[in-house]
Amino acid sequence: MTPSTPKALQTLNIVSILMFVISLGLVFLYAPREAVMGEAQRIFYYHVPSAWVSFLAFGVTVVAGIAFLRTGDHKWDRLGLSSVEVGIVFAVMTLLSGMLWARPSWNTWWTWDPRLTTYAILLLIYFAYLMLRQGIEDPDKRARFGSVYGIVGFISVPITYFSIYLWRTIHPALFGTNDAETKMRMETPMLYTFIFSNIFFAVLYVTLLWHRLRLENDNARVEELRMRASNA
Amino acid sequence: MNSLNNYLKAVLAIARKDLAAEIRSRELVSAMLVFSLLVVLIFNFALELDKSARENVAAGVLWVTFTFAGTLGLNRTFAAEKDRGSLDGLLLAPVDRTAIYFGKLISTLVFMLLVEAVVLPVFSVLYGISLFNFLLFGVILLGTFGYGGVGTLLACMAAQTRTRDVMLPILLFPVTVPVMLGAVRASTGILANAEWGDIAMWINILVVYDVIFVAVAVMVFDYLIEE
Repeated sequence: MTPSTPKALQTLNIVSILMFVISLGLVFLYAPREAVMGEAQRIFYYHVPSAWVSFLAFGVTVVAGIAFLRTGDHKWDRLGLSSVEVGIVFAVMTLLSGMLWARPSWNTWWTWDPRLTTYAILLLIYFAYLMLRQGIEDPDKRARFGSVYGIVGFISVPITYFSIYLWRTIHPALFGTNDAETKMRMETPMLYTFIFSNIFFAVLYVTLLWHRLRLENDNARVEELRMRASNA
Repeated sequence: MNSLNNYLKAVLAIARKDLAAEIRSRELVSAMLVFSLLVVLIFNFALELDKSARENVAAGVLWVTFTFAGTLGLNRTFAAEKDRGSLDGLLLAPVDRTAIYFGKLISTLVFMLLVEAVVLPVFSVLYGISLFNFLLFGVILLGTFGYGGVGTLLACMAAQTRTRDVMLPILLFPVTVPVMLGAVRASTGILANAEWGDIAMWINILVVYDVIFVAVAVMVFDYLIEE
């Protein structure tokens, strides 16, 4: 018997949808047009929140990984896996929205800027995480390996960023202007819109994570039943 | 003190076992070596290198060669144990599990350094660049150590998956970007006679990476070979 959707989750669903509609209104109607970058700047209200939420998601995986290795309780591993998958969704959104912005602003879809490069590597780490899990049949081993790789991968990200940053600052010609551009002046309506978008994305993350976690719990139950059936 | 002695003895015993097996069969190091030379040659065709281009890309080509050859060696460290069913034997030994990690790390490093010792002079001749430089040797040591340190951990993981040979590079390459970058930049700096400050920065990164990742590997290695 699958329990029906809990009341809290149903509420979260509705809150997420409402917040999405409100954020669209804020971004396109309330926030003023940015003087330097024009309309393209509006993509920041989704780009930045999805970027930090993706880091939050992968961070949750690290915490869940440590908790699993300590306790051996599989619910932590299911949380870690769910968070990675939701995190990848946000990361892909970040990458795509960034490219959409970069095309009119930098006149190219992609540059080898430290942030972009690190982010692409980060995404590859979590693709590797999913492939690793796919290649292991034993659920216990899968959980242990997933936890370890989730931790190792996340630790490497700041060092990767730092090393690429150093590499690029030696050749500053390409991206000297970059920082001045991102430090745009935020007017109050922009700031409110930005804060609201961030909260919206955090809520969206929790909602998606919860749905994904419930799915994973069902998966685990099916797997367990199948094991019991094959043993009988 | 006595327990430390025993621990070191166990580490060395595992490394010695791998080295002895390699000395008898000579299959791994020779394969890594031939592969490395092939990579060096292929790069020459692929990049159409004239003299100035050769100097610019030498360090990059060198490190790509080392990492590819390293992957070849790492793939076998645990897979060979798994195939012969001798991993269980190792696990039964009454020593700390991390001794297995360090033993494997040592044998991997020896294999990689052997290959590098042969590739370096050949590379010098083929690319017309003198690579005999003690600072460069130091960077190669640090880079190989970092790569092997993470590689040994992930190879243990990859060997236990269904698609193991394919799995290792996918797991390993994105995590070892700082090693690659640090090693290539430091080597390029050394070959171009750059200022010490520019080189030292990259050596610092290599040292930091090596320390952090070997520490993490020791902490989590136990979880990879639990049965």
